[in-house]
Amino acid sequence: MQVQSYFNSLDSIEGELATLNLGPTHPATHGIFQNVLKMDGERIVHAEPTIGYIHRAFEKLAEHKPYNQITPITDRLNYCSSPINNMGWHMTVEKLIGCELPKRAQYMRVIIMELSRIADHLVCNTVIGVDTGALTGFTYMFQERERIYDLFEEVCGSRLTTNIGRIGGMERDFSPRFHKLLKEFLQGFPARFEEFTGLLERNRIFMDRCIGAGPIAGDRAIAYGFTGPNLRAAGVDYDVRVMSPYSSYEDFDFTIPVGTQGDTYDRFVVRQEEIRQSLRIILQAYDNLPQGEYHADVPDFYLPDKPDVYTKMEALIYHFKVVMAETPVPVGEVYHSVEGGNGELGFYLVSDGGRQPYRLHFRRPCFIFYQAYPEMIKGSMLSDAILTMSSMNVIAGELDA
Amino acid sequence: MDSEQILAQLADKMPGAVVSSDIARDGMLNIHTTREQIIDLLQLLRDDAAFGFNFLTSLCAIHYPENVGQELGIIYHLHNWRQNVRIRVKIFFSKEDPKVPTATLLWPTANWMERQEYDFFGVIFTGHPDLRRILNMDDLEVFPLRKEYRIEDGTRTDKDDRFFGRDGHVGQTFE
Repeated sequence: MQVQSYFNSLDSIEGELATLNLGPTHPATHGIFQNVLKMDGERIVHAEPTIGYIHRAFEKLAEHKPYNQITPITDRLNYCSSPINNMGWHMTVEKLIGCELPKRAQYMRVIIMELSRIADHLVCNTVIGVDTGALTGFTYMFQERERIYDLFEEVCGSRLTTNIGRIGGMERDFSPRFHKLLKEFLQGFPARFEEFTGLLERNRIFMDRCIGAGPIAGDRAIAYGFTGPNLRAAGVDYDVRVMSPYSSYEDFDFTIPVGTQGDTYDRFVVRQEEIRQSLRIILQAYDNLPQGEYHADVPDFYLPDKPDVYTKMEALIYHFKVVMAETPVPVGEVYHSVEGGNGELGFYLVSDGGRQPYRLHFRRPCFIFYQAYPEMIKGSMLSDAILTMSSMNVIAGELDA
Repeated sequence: MDSEQILAQLADKMPGAVVSSDIARDGMLNIHTTREQIIDLLQLLRDDAAFGFNFLTSLCAIHYPENVGQELGIIYHLHNWRQNVRIRVKIFFSKEDPKVPTATLLWPTANWMERQEYDFFGVIFTGHPDLRRILNMDDLEVFPLRKEYRIEDGTRTDKDDRFFGRDGHVGQTFE
């Protein structure tokens, strides 16, 4: 007697699980992510992410570079909002050397950081639109991102990997053209942004696609180490800017939006509202921009004025010492975190007094929350999984370090 | 909740767990413990209402080749979100026996954090559900963040710390 197993029969594909290799270079994943999926038809039964495709050994590199040369490494973590990474790193070193910044420098940093948060959230939210089939908003909002990059260019000369600011302050004061461009941006952006909002936020097709896609509950999100908009979409109001204010964030009046379901739609709406709140912060910081110096008096770390280097002995010595990293650094360990585009971006710096860090550990929000991805997409459709990934805003540079 | 209160509560609730403690340069309390007690201590810190360190901010390893018998360490950053207090918990152990019990049972987020530190330092987290390399390629034979591995050509002399009054990684005091 033979028992014919239903699942073994060759003339039926029912009950068969297919293996689908999504990535590493797949047009729908916006970056180098590989997921080996076990599919039951269009439903995902199991996902196995592989990461590390653009790993560049940042933690090892950082142990071999003087403090000011580590800033360009941090550019390449979350490259959608490099200024936040740069300034998080500067503040970590400033915490180690015990350097207090003038108010003007702090407010300038806040303006730059909030501009980059807007740029970061714009990319994420427009890409959610693209993945649901709405390309138009993306093309319009990328013009806004260009305007923000023009502002960065005016401050530091570069646009994407900015290396903006210095240990001890900003590298230069805002130029007249920066003031002009910023005023234009603050005037024109809200209306154009609300146009984009009008296209998607209450769009029936968009809502049907996003609501319920890739949800995560608040307690699971905390257990998985979520921070930033993804956590707030799940209803937990944790924000480093409020919890451990840095760079004078306590001076500004802004609200922390939270969602309820932790799904793609909530993540979208939370980021939308954060853009508006960032604008509020920029307006407050710009209206109240204090007079004064744009950097602290830390000649051991902050390069002297170039004309002085050619004419004054003291400045020449400090210039040499800063460039050659021949500065005494305190021994000790500090942890500093900033609210990055995707959550708590932490720097754990251990110094042994050498000119490079003894150990530098980056707490990278993308790396930490991406491990919840298999759980979030289990049982969902493949198309929802794509949407979930873009709404989590996993940035490959920050994921792989 | 300040450092003295935390230490007093710990001495009361888990005597002997705190081997030593100090205040770091950033004002955070450092607690040194042993790897035998680490999971119980972390669980106490997370679940006991007196502590309430609900969030594992980060987990990273460190390598001190000079500390013979205590070369490798794991540093846990914990955060109490209700009272906004952060602490560090540290354990050190031998490079020859780099085994640490996993924290994945307490926080699922420890999963990839521990895989990362296994990948870079070769710390074996016992009980980890899936201890594989994560960022480096699977057939790498070294643990690259250990101090014995140079990043670039070891014959280069222009970046030698001795030319700057420092002897390698041996620190000098600042003040």
